[in-house]
Amino acid sequence: MLVNSLGRELPERIGDYIVRPYTGPDAAPPSDAPVVTRRTAGHLLPGQSKLLPDLTAAILAAGLKDGMTISFHHSFREGDKIVGQVLTAIRALGIRHLRFAPSAVVNISEPSIVDFVRDGTIDRIEASGIRGQLGDAVIAGELEQPVILRTHGARPRAIEAGELQIDVAFIGASAADDYGNCTGCIGPNACGALGYSFVDAHHARCVVVITDNLVDYPCVPASISQQYVDYVVKVDQIGDPEMIGKGAARLTRKPRDLMIAERTVDLIAASRLFRDGFSFQTGASAIAIAATKYLADRMRARGVKASFALGGIPAAIIDMYDEGLVRAVECSQSFDAVAARAIADRPGVVEIDNADYANAYTKGGFLNREDFGVLGALEVDVDFNVNILTGSSGQMLGGLGGGPDVAGGAQISIVALPIIRGRTPSVVRRVFTLCTPGETVAAVVTDAGIALNPKHKNYEMLREDLEKTNLKLVTIEELRRIAEALTGVPKPIETTDRVVCIVEYRDGSVIDVIRELKK
Amino acid sequence: MAKTDLMRTSMYVGGTSPSKMIQAGFYNEDCIVYDLEDSVSVGEKDAARFLVYNAVRYQRPKDKYVLIRVNGIYSDELAEDLEAAVRARPDAIRIPKVEYADEVRRIDRKIAEIEAAAGLPVGGIELWCNIESYLGVLHAQEIATASPRIAALALGAEDFTASMMAQRTKAGWEIFYARNAILMACRAAGISAQDAVFSDLNDEEGLREDLQMARSLGFDGKTCVHPRQIDAVNRCFTPSEKEIHQAQRVLQALQDAERAHTGVCTLDGGMVDKPMELRARSVLAKAQAAGIKVGGDE
Repeated sequence: MLVNSLGRELPERIGDYIVRPYTGPDAAPPSDAPVVTRRTAGHLLPGQSKLLPDLTAAILAAGLKDGMTISFHHSFREGDKIVGQVLTAIRALGIRHLRFAPSAVVNISEPSIVDFVRDGTIDRIEASGIRGQLGDAVIAGELEQPVILRTHGARPRAIEAGELQIDVAFIGASAADDYGNCTGCIGPNACGALGYSFVDAHHARCVVVITDNLVDYPCVPASISQQYVDYVVKVDQIGDPEMIGKGAARLTRKPRDLMIAERTVDLIAASRLFRDGFSFQTGASAIAIAATKYLADRMRARGVKASFALGGIPAAIIDMYDEGLVRAVECSQSFDAVAARAIADRPGVVEIDNADYANAYTKGGFLNREDFGVLGALEVDVDFNVNILTGSSGQMLGGLGGGPDVAGGAQISIVALPIIRGRTPSVVRRVFTLCTPGETVAAVVTDAGIALNPKHKNYEMLREDLEKTNLKLVTIEELRRIAEALTGVPKPIETTDRVVCIVEYRDGSVIDVIRELKK
Repeated sequence: MAKTDLMRTSMYVGGTSPSKMIQAGFYNEDCIVYDLEDSVSVGEKDAARFLVYNAVRYQRPKDKYVLIRVNGIYSDELAEDLEAAVRARPDAIRIPKVEYADEVRRIDRKIAEIEAAAGLPVGGIELWCNIESYLGVLHAQEIATASPRIAALALGAEDFTASMMAQRTKAGWEIFYARNAILMACRAAGISAQDAVFSDLNDEEGLREDLQMARSLGFDGKTCVHPRQIDAVNRCFTPSEKEIHQAQRVLQALQDAERAHTGVCTLDGGMVDKPMELRARSVLAKAQAAGIKVGGDE
């Protein structure tokens, strides 16, 4: 048994997976090994076509075989109609034992991904998070191989390190031409940025673009270039526009969330880093959207403008761009129709490669230049460690997303969450699943006060700035005490020794594992 | 008991919702009012009493002035409400629809009996009286001094307006006299004057104007029915930077005059008199109570 530097007990091996324990947020040195790619050079003659009649033809042309790895992006969210169609076609061809490696698993119901797990079409999953029916099945131990969960930044790192090698990437696009130039920004089922698919397109052995909107050559604008694309397939429908934008947050009226959002922005505005040219990321939760609005108010009042906003982009950020409050919007994902259109309409709203957003092991990384990152969480513990995966009964509720990347990169990372949810405390002694190391979290903002992390690299600066204000500072221990005084201390979740999920940190080390729940 | 000198906001929270009661403790209101009266339906009165008792007794929010609003003086619920409310040990009990001083005296005696029976210091629990009718307004002065427990009078504008057969308006001229009558009664008794609820939650501009009026007249605070109003109300009843600065200048001028043994103190060409000094001291005291770091020698 190994113990990583955050005190998590890990097996030395999990099946054929050899565990490299987490030792610190910046502990892994950069590699000088060349990037691993499965991409082939290709050679098309004038007049040759990439357009195939259906998905079955594309799967056969791609040479998909038992045991191979397939990938998808999750930008159609709950409205995705591609994953189900592709897996159904694969099953009909009798191809089995695939490794399913989307950027995140979306909750689709008809068909459900669990069906493909149960019939053996899929027997390994590597993603950012698994929720709903699939999450329940995994945590109940239905999958023989453990699921590998990676952050948005860790996935492209694993691909370029050769740890996740994609045989066939299926890329859904809301507009594409017959030569593979494609985009998510236009068309009836626009999902916006295809930032998650760039790395798949660059490194998969075979790339299949799937669209329901075949446009005249050349497709303009194009996010993914024809030079990476092997085949193009037109299907009847790639998504449900109602559901693609579902979950896109409207401004909440919940006073609790508004208060947490306002306190988050109070903290940002009190920091010396809140000055002309600052950069930020707020996200798409109810608290995040409200924080975006308050931040815009504060920027107007103080006459401060931002150089860039980053990451998953909601309409609220586009409003700030239109008002001149933000010079550039670096968009790896679009959370709603307004943000999706904005990439095509506005020169300063730019679609970026998800690897350039969040991968710590490249020569770029917007996060390294970010001042403030606001993060959601399911729970946080007295060491500021964050859980964004598992709920109070151990069930899979969320995905790693970019949270650990943002915390690792931003100067000031702020976890904003209510102190209790229903009957469950959100500030606890020890998080059930450790996703973001506490040492990368600068502050926790709750309805019961703000706790600064004395072990964060910018603690002294932040403390000095906040002490000049009337903001209510408390210790994280005090927040835990308040939370547990209201809810009581929940009974520990009982698990078996069998590991069902491996949680990788940005560098590919193991920050925690999730064990099968005791029945 | 955790108490605060500030009474800028008193927010009602319904006694039947544990989650709202818990959450209310985290907002920025100075005073929290657990309600057993209007927000609780007839069939849920006993459940509300039980919940409010436990919330106040065992989950009392820190740094807030805690009140329980009981049911009406002539309701069947009052006796049981008082038993539970006194034993929960709030800072104050808020009585609705007070019209006569005698009503207050009767409740005072009842509370004293319960305090004694429960082994609590007699007289420890204060009273806030809601003035919600023309009779209450007419008797405000006697009500304000009917018991040493009384810490505040609060205007209930909706019921008052109905009792007057007047119409409630945004401008609020129909409650102008009542506001002044209550204020004068409070000032004469040396207690806090609390303004009426502004009930349109979506009208931020209307709330600002209403607050401006309340503050100009001299109220110390205002009742809120929704957390969204709290910050605006607090802001209004908290001295501004400009006011604090001016107050500091007034006190500095007085100090300078005393050191120089000049009989008359002047500032910006005008005389600094006793009312100005009192106002300056009150501004700085309120600012300090609100947690504003006030420099100088105060």
